Amino acid sequence: MSNILTVFKRELASYFATPVAYVFIVIFLLLAGAFTFYIGGFYERGQADLLPFFNFHPWLYLFLVPAVAMRLWSEERKSGTIELLLTLPMTMWQAVVGKFLAAWAFIGIALALTFPIWLTVNYLGSPDNGVIFASYLGSFLMAGAFLAIGSCISACTRNQVVAFILTVVVCFLFLLAGFPLVLNFFSSWAPQGLVDAVSGLSFLSHFSAIAKGVIDLRDLVYFGLTIAFWLYASAVVIDLKKAD
Amino acid sequence: MIETRQLSKRYGEFPAVDAITFKVEPGQVLGFLGPNGAGKSTTMKMIAGFLNPTAGSASVCGHDVVDDALAAKRLTGYLPEGAPSYGEMTPRQFLHFVAEARGLRGGQRAQRVDEVIERLHLHGVLEQPIETLSKGFKRRVGLAQTLVHDPAVLILDEPTDGLDPNQKFEVRNLINTMAKDKTIIVSTHILEEVQAVCTRAVIIARGKILADATPAELEARSRYHQAVSLTTTNLAGAKDVLSRVADVAAVEYDKITQRLTAIPKPGRLIFGPISELLKAQGIPVSELQLESGRMDEVFRTITHGDLGEDLAEPRETFA
Repeated sequence: MSNILTVFKRELASYFATPVAYVFIVIFLLLAGAFTFYIGGFYERGQADLLPFFNFHPWLYLFLVPAVAMRLWSEERKSGTIELLLTLPMTMWQAVVGKFLAAWAFIGIALALTFPIWLTVNYLGSPDNGVIFASYLGSFLMAGAFLAIGSCISACTRNQVVAFILTVVVCFLFLLAGFPLVLNFFSSWAPQGLVDAVSGLSFLSHFSAIAKGVIDLRDLVYFGLTIAFWLYASAVVIDLKKAD
Repeated sequence: MIETRQLSKRYGEFPAVDAITFKVEPGQVLGFLGPNGAGKSTTMKMIAGFLNPTAGSASVCGHDVVDDALAAKRLTGYLPEGAPSYGEMTPRQFLHFVAEARGLRGGQRAQRVDEVIERLHLHGVLEQPIETLSKGFKRRVGLAQTLVHDPAVLILDEPTDGLDPNQKFEVRNLINTMAKDKTIIVSTHILEEVQAVCTRAVIIARGKILADATPAELEARSRYHQAVSLTTTNLAGAKDVLSRVADVAAVEYDKITQRLTAIPKPGRLIFGPISELLKAQGIPVSELQLESGRMDEVFRTITHGDLGEDLAEPRETFA
C-alpha cells in the first residue's frame, strides 16, 4: 500500500511539474463550458439540471483522457526509467496501480474544478443534487475506464503519438459499443449472444444509466471490472515487452 | 554476495546470455567486459530483477531474484545503462522518491539523502530539474540513487560512460571507497577502468564467459607481458641489439609512437639482457620500459579468437 502511495505521489507531482497539467485543466474547463452553454443550450432549456454538461463528457474524455494516458508507460520505456521503477522493491502491480491512480486523481481534480457550474445551477434553480452527484460519480468512473485502456495501450509502445491514436480508437469503439456503428459489424456474422454482450460493453449506456441518478450496482461493477481488466492487461503487456 | 548458476536469456532463438555461472563475494569489484551486444547489460538486468531469466538462476545475498524478488531488490542498488531518471524532478525530489520507495522514512530518509548528496557533490544542483543538468551531474544523480539505501550489492551498468576524465576519476574513486564491504559489479568497455577499479575481470562475448581472472592475470596472457619498449634516435642500432638477445621472440616498431617493442619468448625475462647490451653498444635510449601486458590486445584476442591480430593496428614486424 505504501509503495502505491509513493508511486502515486511522484506521478501526480510530475503532472504539475510540467505544463501538461495546466494545459489539460484549462482546455478541459473551457471545452466543458463551451459545450454546456453553446451546444447544450444550458440557459435556453430553462431546466435546473446539469444534463447538457454531463452529456458531453464522454466526447471530451475521448480526446482528453488518451492525452493524459499516453505518457503513462511509453514515456517510462522511452526514457529508460521503467528499468529504475521496476527494480525498486515493489511489485509490478503496485507500480501499475500507483501510476493509474495518479492519472485518475489528476482527471478527478480537473473534474472537481467544474464546481462553478454546480454552484450556478443551484443559484438559478433547485436541481436534484443527488442526480448531479451520481452524474459526477459516473463521469469519474468512465474517465477511469478510458484511462485504464490508455494505460494498457501506452504500455504497448514507446511512441506517445501511437499510444494516443490507438487509445482514441479503442475508447471510441467502447463508447459506441451499443450503437449500430459497432453492432452492425458484429451482427452480420456473430451469434446474437455475442452481439448482446458487445452492446452491454458500451460506456455510453452505463454512463447514462448512472447519470440519470440511478446508481445501480451493475453499472459500478461494470466500470470496476473494466478498469481492473485493463490494468491487469497493462501489467501483462509491460512484463512481456520489458526486454524490447 | 551475487551468485549466478547457468543464467540464460534467450530472445526467440538468439541466446543473449548463455549459461553464465559466477560468484562475487563482498569486497570484490567484478569488472564485466565485453564488446557491445555481448550480453553484459542483459545479465545485469536479470540480477537486478528487471528481466526474468529464461533458464538458470541468480541470487543476491542468498535471495533468488525471481522467487524472492523483493528481498533481492531491497539489497541491491542498480544503475541502469545511461543512468535514466525522471527529468522533470529535481535531484532532491528524485532521491527522496527513491529513498521512500526503498522503505526509508522520516529522519532516517533525510539523513541518507543528505549523505549521498554529500558523497556525490550534488549541492549546487539540488533544486534544478534533472533534465537541465549536464551529463556528468545526471550520472552522479543516477549513482546517488543506487546508494541511498546503502545496499550490500551494487550493479553499475557503464557508470563512467560519457563522462570527462575528471568525472571518471571521481566515479572510480567512489567505487573504490565503497568496495571494502560491498559486492560490486561494474560493466564497462573502457579497459583502463578494469585496472583502476576491479579486483576481478570477467570477459563475455556472444553471451558466454570467455575469461574470469584478476586484471594482472589477464595482462599476463598478453604477448606483451614482460615485453620491453624503448624510444631511441638510433633505430637501426637498437633493432640490431634487440634481435641479438636470445630470448626475444619478435621486435615491433610502432610508427605512431615511434617506439620499438621487443616481445619475449613465453616465460622468459629480457629486460636485463636488453638494457645491458644497449649500454654496452652505447645506443642512446631516451626511454626504456618493462610492460606488464596490454589489456586491449588480450581483450581482442579473447573476444575475437584468432581475428584479434587482424584487427590490431598495422605494425612492422621483424623476426
